[in-house]
Amino acid sequence: MIDPPASYRWTRRIALTVLLAFTLTPVLVMLSSSLKPLQDVQGPFRGIPSTITLRPYADIWKTVPLGRYFVNSLIVSGGATVCSVLIAILAAYAVSRYRFRGRRLFTVTVLSTQMFPGILFLLPLFLLFVNIGNSTGVALYGSRGGLILTYLTFSLPFSIWMLAGYFDSIPRDLDEAAAVDGCGPLRTLVRIVIPAAVPGIVAVAVYAFMTAWGEVLFASVMTNDETRTLAVGLQGYATQTDVYWNQVMAASLVVSVPVVAGFLLLQRFLVAGLTAGAVK
Amino acid sequence: MIRKRLGRTGLPYLLLLPALALELLIHLVPMVVGIVMSAKQLTQFFIRDWSAAPWAGLGNYRVAVDFSAPIGRSLLNSFWVTCAFTVLSVGLSWLIGTAAAIFMQDAFKGRGLLRAAFLLPYALPVYAAVITWSFMFQRDTGLVNHLLHDQLHLTSGRPFWLIGDNSFTALVTVSVWKSWPFAFLTLTAGLQNIPRELYEAAAMDGAGVWQQIRRITLPSLRPVNLVLVLVLFLWTFNDFNTPYVLFGKSAPQAADLISIHIYQSSFVTWNFGSGSAMSVLLLLFLLLVTAGYLFATSRRKGADD
Repeated sequence: MIDPPASYRWTRRIALTVLLAFTLTPVLVMLSSSLKPLQDVQGPFRGIPSTITLRPYADIWKTVPLGRYFVNSLIVSGGATVCSVLIAILAAYAVSRYRFRGRRLFTVTVLSTQMFPGILFLLPLFLLFVNIGNSTGVALYGSRGGLILTYLTFSLPFSIWMLAGYFDSIPRDLDEAAAVDGCGPLRTLVRIVIPAAVPGIVAVAVYAFMTAWGEVLFASVMTNDETRTLAVGLQGYATQTDVYWNQVMAASLVVSVPVVAGFLLLQRFLVAGLTAGAVK
Repeated sequence: MIRKRLGRTGLPYLLLLPALALELLIHLVPMVVGIVMSAKQLTQFFIRDWSAAPWAGLGNYRVAVDFSAPIGRSLLNSFWVTCAFTVLSVGLSWLIGTAAAIFMQDAFKGRGLLRAAFLLPYALPVYAAVITWSFMFQRDTGLVNHLLHDQLHLTSGRPFWLIGDNSFTALVTVSVWKSWPFAFLTLTAGLQNIPRELYEAAAMDGAGVWQQIRRITLPSLRPVNLVLVLVLFLWTFNDFNTPYVLFGKSAPQAADLISIHIYQSSFVTWNFGSGSAMSVLLLLFLLLVTAGYLFATSRRKGADD
C-alpha cells in the first residue's frame, strides 16, 4: 500500500496503541510488583513500588523449592523438545518425500489427536502408566520420563505438519543430485534436507519447548513432590494463608525469562516456518 | 534385489513408526480405555483394580444427560457457559489478530519492536501470565479495581472478579489476551504470501486502502482463516489451564468451563466412570462440530471455484 490516507493512519495508530496497553499491562504489573516490599502488595494497588527491593527475588527460592521445580521443568521440556523434533523430522520426511499407502490416513489421524480434550485421556493415561509400572517395573507415573513422553506427543502433530510443509518447499532436484552421488535416503535427509530446513526445525523446537514448559493439566496429576514442574510448583505461593504476591510475581518473571528470551530471539524463524509450512 | 525393494517400500513406514507408536500409546489407546471406562461403575471403591468395577452399560451417560437431575443440569450449564465463552473468545481473538496483522503489514518505524511486544502473551508460560491476571483481578489489592473504582470511579463499590458473575468477564478477558497473538502470528505469516503486485494493480485502478483490505487482503486470507478459526475453537473449547490457574480447583458457576467441570466431577467425587462418560460426550460434540465445519467450508470452496 503506497502512502495510506490520514484516516487510515490515525485508526492504525489508535488501535495499535490501545492494543499495546492491553498486551503490556500484565507484564508491567509483573515487573513492578516483583520489586515491591510485601506491604505494597497487601494494601490497595500501586503502580510504582514505594521502595524498590530485590528481596522477593531472594525469597522465592526459600518459600517453595523453586530451584528443584526449575530443574525438573528444564529436563522435561528439553527432553520433550529433542525427542519431538527428531521424531517429527523422520515422519515429516516420509510424508513429504514418499507416496505410500495410508499417507493421508496418517496425517489426518495424527492431526486429529490435536482436538481430543486432554481431560478425556488424562485419567486412562494415568491408569495406563500405573499399570505399566506395576507389570514391567518401568516407572512412568510420577517420573520425568513419563511426562517427557506425554509432552512430546502434544507438539508432535503440529511439528510434523509444519515440517512436512517446509520440506516440500525444498527442491527435489537437490535430493536427486544426492541420489546420483550415491547417497541413500537417510544420508540425503541428514546432508541435504535438514541443513536446508534449519529455520523450520528451529521454529518447531521453540514450539515444542513452549508447549511443554507451559502445560498445567498433566503436570498437576502426573508428578509427585520430587518431579513437580514449575507449572504446578508456582501455585505453592498462592496456597499459603498469606499470598506473597510480590514473590509470586518475581517467580513468574523468573520462570518466564527462558522461554520469552528464546522466543523473541527466534520469532523470525517461527514466522518464516509458519509461512513456508503451515500456511499454504 | 527383492529385499532392496521391500526396504524401499518399507522405509516410509519405518520413518513414521516412532511418531505412530507414541501417538498410539499416549492418545489413541488411552482414548479407547476411556471409552471402556465410561461404561463402568468406576467409583472410589474400584480405583485400585478398575477392571473389577461392575459394568454400567449406558448408565453413566444417562446420568450425564438427565437434565432434570443436579448432575445433568450442572453439566448442561457448563456446556452453555463453554459455548458462550468460546464464541466470544475466538471471535474477539480473531478480530484483534486480523486488525493487528493488517495494520502492521506496511513497514513503519518500530514495527519489529511492536511485533515482539504483541507476541509476549503467546510466549509467556500460561500459568505465569494467568497468575499475574489473578493478582490484577484481586478485589482489594488488584489493578483492575484500582483503575475502575479508585481512579475512574466507574463502579460504586469494589466488585469481585474471581467469584460470582463477573468471573465470566474476567475469564474471557484473560483468554482473549492469551489467544489473539496466535491469530496475529498466523495471519502475519499468511499476509506475506499475498503478492505485492495485487496491491499495486489495485492502487493503479484507484482502489483506496480500505477497499484494498476488503477486496484483496481479506479474501486472500480465507484459507488461513479456515484453519485458524478451527484451531482456535478447539483450543478454547478444551481450555483447562486458564480457568484452573485463574480460579483454582473450584471454578465459579458463571465460568465453569467443561474441562474444569469434568476434572472436578472426576476428582472431587472420585467417580471416574461418569467423568469418562462426560469426556466421551465432549469428544463426540467436538467431532460433530469439526466435521460439520469442514463439510460446510469445503462445499463453499467448491461453490467458489
